[in-house]
Amino acid sequence: MTKITLKVNGKTVSGDAPDETLLSVFLRENLRLTGTHVGCDTSQCGACVVHVDGKSVKSCSTLAVSLEGAEVTTIEGLANGGLHPMQVAFNDNHGLQCGFCTPGMIMTGVDMVNRYKTEGTELTSEAIRAELEGNICRCTGYHNIVKSIEDAAAKM
Amino acid sequence: MSTGIGDAVKRKEDKRFTTGKGKYTDDVRNDNQAYAAFVRSPHAHARVTGIDASAALAMDGVIDVLNGAQLTGDGIGNIICGWAVTSKDGSPMNMGAWSALATEKVRYVGDAVAVVIAETQALARIAAEAVEVSYEQLSVAASIAAAMEADAPEIHENAPGNLIYDWEIGDEAATDAGLAGAAHVTTLDVINNRLSPNPMEPRSAVATYDDSEEQYTLYTTSQNPHVARLVLSAFYNVAPEHKLRVIAPDVGGGFGAKIYIYPEEITCLWASMKTNRSVKWTSDRSEAFLTDAHGRDHVTTAKMGFDSSGKIVGFKVDTLANLGAYMSLFSSSVPTYLYAPLLSGQYNIDNIHCNVRAYYSNTVPVDAYRGAGRPEATYLVERMMETAAREMGMDPAELRRRNFIQSFPHATPVLMEYDAGDFPTILKMAQSSADVAGFPARRAEAAARGKLRGIGYSTFIEACGIAPSKAVGSLGCGIGLWESAEVRVNPVGSIEILTGSHSHGQGHETTFAQIVSDRFGLPIENVSIVHGDTDKVQFGMGTYGSRSGPVGMTAVVKAMDKVEAKVKKIAAHALEASEDDIVIEGGEVKVTGTDKSMAWHEVGLAAYIAHNLPEGMEPGLKETAFFDPVNFSFPSGAFICEVEVDPDTGHTEIVQFTSADDFGTIINPMVVEGQVHGGVAQGIGQAMLEHVIYDEAGQLLTGSYMDYTMPRAADLPFYDVSHHSTPSPNNPLGIKGCGEAGAIGAPPAVINAITDAIGSNDLEMPATPQAVWRAIQANSSPLAAE
Repeated sequence: MTKITLKVNGKTVSGDAPDETLLSVFLRENLRLTGTHVGCDTSQCGACVVHVDGKSVKSCSTLAVSLEGAEVTTIEGLANGGLHPMQVAFNDNHGLQCGFCTPGMIMTGVDMVNRYKTEGTELTSEAIRAELEGNICRCTGYHNIVKSIEDAAAKM
Repeated sequence: MSTGIGDAVKRKEDKRFTTGKGKYTDDVRNDNQAYAAFVRSPHAHARVTGIDASAALAMDGVIDVLNGAQLTGDGIGNIICGWAVTSKDGSPMNMGAWSALATEKVRYVGDAVAVVIAETQALARIAAEAVEVSYEQLSVAASIAAAMEADAPEIHENAPGNLIYDWEIGDEAATDAGLAGAAHVTTLDVINNRLSPNPMEPRSAVATYDDSEEQYTLYTTSQNPHVARLVLSAFYNVAPEHKLRVIAPDVGGGFGAKIYIYPEEITCLWASMKTNRSVKWTSDRSEAFLTDAHGRDHVTTAKMGFDSSGKIVGFKVDTLANLGAYMSLFSSSVPTYLYAPLLSGQYNIDNIHCNVRAYYSNTVPVDAYRGAGRPEATYLVERMMETAAREMGMDPAELRRRNFIQSFPHATPVLMEYDAGDFPTILKMAQSSADVAGFPARRAEAAARGKLRGIGYSTFIEACGIAPSKAVGSLGCGIGLWESAEVRVNPVGSIEILTGSHSHGQGHETTFAQIVSDRFGLPIENVSIVHGDTDKVQFGMGTYGSRSGPVGMTAVVKAMDKVEAKVKKIAAHALEASEDDIVIEGGEVKVTGTDKSMAWHEVGLAAYIAHNLPEGMEPGLKETAFFDPVNFSFPSGAFICEVEVDPDTGHTEIVQFTSADDFGTIINPMVVEGQVHGGVAQGIGQAMLEHVIYDEAGQLLTGSYMDYTMPRAADLPFYDVSHHSTPSPNNPLGIKGCGEAGAIGAPPAVINAITDAIGSNDLEMPATPQAVWRAIQANSSPLAAE
């Protein structure tokens, strides 16, 4: 057991967990932040994506103990009280059906838009599709997810 | 904004999903939570000669290790298939015994032998590794071909030759005669590739036994919690129905895989009683590939005959179906009643005969996956039409048009009576959207870039809204397939709809509320939908087969009819008017032609205060209805796919995908189009990417997302979706159902486009770059060089 202290969604939190504890497990089981989902065991599906120090990370393949002192943002903490433009865009564009991949899609989408804006590169629909390489959705056929991210990018 | 029928209302349920507040089964954690991990067979076929759990039991934090002898010893029943299919010689199907934990034999890799219950999930898994099971390996039949061999191993002792049934439909002699007199006969061999449904939420169960009440509660990833409770109670003897509460909370996709009752739910319930702990199991993805029911896996040979004008004169089909190691809940019906009755497609065919032989194999059970039988029928029929048109030198659209059914209702020679449709119009719409006229120029332009461009059609029909209970009962189905609804008008006028349908992505919390908002003119915010809990909703059959619209919503309409009748009586009495003069509009209950009215909530209040009700009327405002459909509904569609193939690599890009659909009445076009998108994506996945592969020893080679190719965003195009509605006459809303169309219609459109591009018909699904490249290399046709 190691005591792990992180800043999660703006609050400093700590918990005891075995060294092999994945960030996804620490978030879901220690902190009970169950909005971060686990959809595979090979780091392929992206349902578990969170932001660590502002960058998207697959929490299912990150050891919690390796992030001592890091700032973690999960889907629950993406917006303070209201809704982030990406969350609004997913609702406006019917970018979700069962909702299971949605937290990861939204966190990936936000990271993608931020990176392209910082780089000053246009985020085309082709670029969105390429950037979604690590996120699998089985419900939507991606059509409306791509539209949602395009829509949010214009508003962020 | 209007929130009635036909409006693209944004989904009410989205907020909790986009903010991480959805509540899925694995999110449930009870105070006395323990965790289950299953000890699974590494062999595809073996005798279990011993289980030594001593090392696991010695570990700190291991609560118990339980096995199949204990399970059956406690009277837990075998898992059954609920649809009895009879062979053509009159004999019943050969259903082998399936215990939730194997007793004497294991029959596929992943078959559960024992379960470890421990304080943490990690510990349970470590302990499961420490359970030593001794096996005596047996020879393996991991495919249909292997199962049919003369010296194939016997998988179940009551199924000689591994044959489950040998079933037929249609008039063989008339079909043979039609083919004998045909001007042209096209012969086609097709394989419908085996798939894994892969809802993104893995299956999960949290079972809790309360010994003080002898009461069980099961949270589970189910598309049909009431069916689960019925089967768990009546067949597996877990607990009487009134002592078993099943809750399917937010469920992360189903696609068929979450219809069935699996060994894990049964075992967790039983283990909870044995250990007096709440027991939780959540599949990981590898376990899902090993144990979730797979779909498809047919091998078919067929002949279709045409007269000199291109009219179909006979269609003869011989199909082999792999049902895996055990018969899952609806497995028997998929290659029979959900398949062969769709072989008439959109076409007027007098003579059809289909023979289906289903076999056991040492693979995970096969059951319904999105479309279930109808994709297999459509793939065969639509590849046949395209192939025949090429052989006869006809335009494939024209060949279809000449054979289209033009008047309704239409009785096919394979059981079905089609309700309504307008096949020429939807084909024309699709051709217009796809700019078929401009295709030759696009093909020439692609050729100039060294690419092979092709176009392919699929004009398809499906049977949805499953199903009239009496009809399916006469065909062997063990349950009725009606749906229930309860409409509760509260004293403040807000409405709760309790439905036996279940939503696991379909958006019922919005679309079901729309039909109420539309009917009574109430704000959609005042309507909430309750589903997925057997303690709240009395009974229901759940969601599959695109039935929630045509069957589930109709039950709500029937209950609203009764509410409306009572509301009119109450208002007529209070307003001293005739019941016939009362109208309900915009949330007001009015006397027509006067200025007398009551607000909707005033009627609700009057019903519950009961100070001034008509003589003899019971207080309250709550009505229930059970709707049993009179027929299936028959959505139809025309898909056109356009591809570009790189002849050097075989890489294929879908450059355009056009869908024109007839779903009857559409409640929410945004939601319906989303269903089409997702269905088409799964159809493209089947056609180009996905394939479950077992080796000869029965080892699963595609057991993770590293090996099984799920469609990703860059693999798929934007879809052009349009609608032309001919309402179904068989339900009051005119709905036909939309959930499966994409997965049913897309595969042949894709393969027809690729085979058109490469000029070779010798191509099976999935059309991976390697498969396409090989087909190009093998093809000596000059078309390939064009």
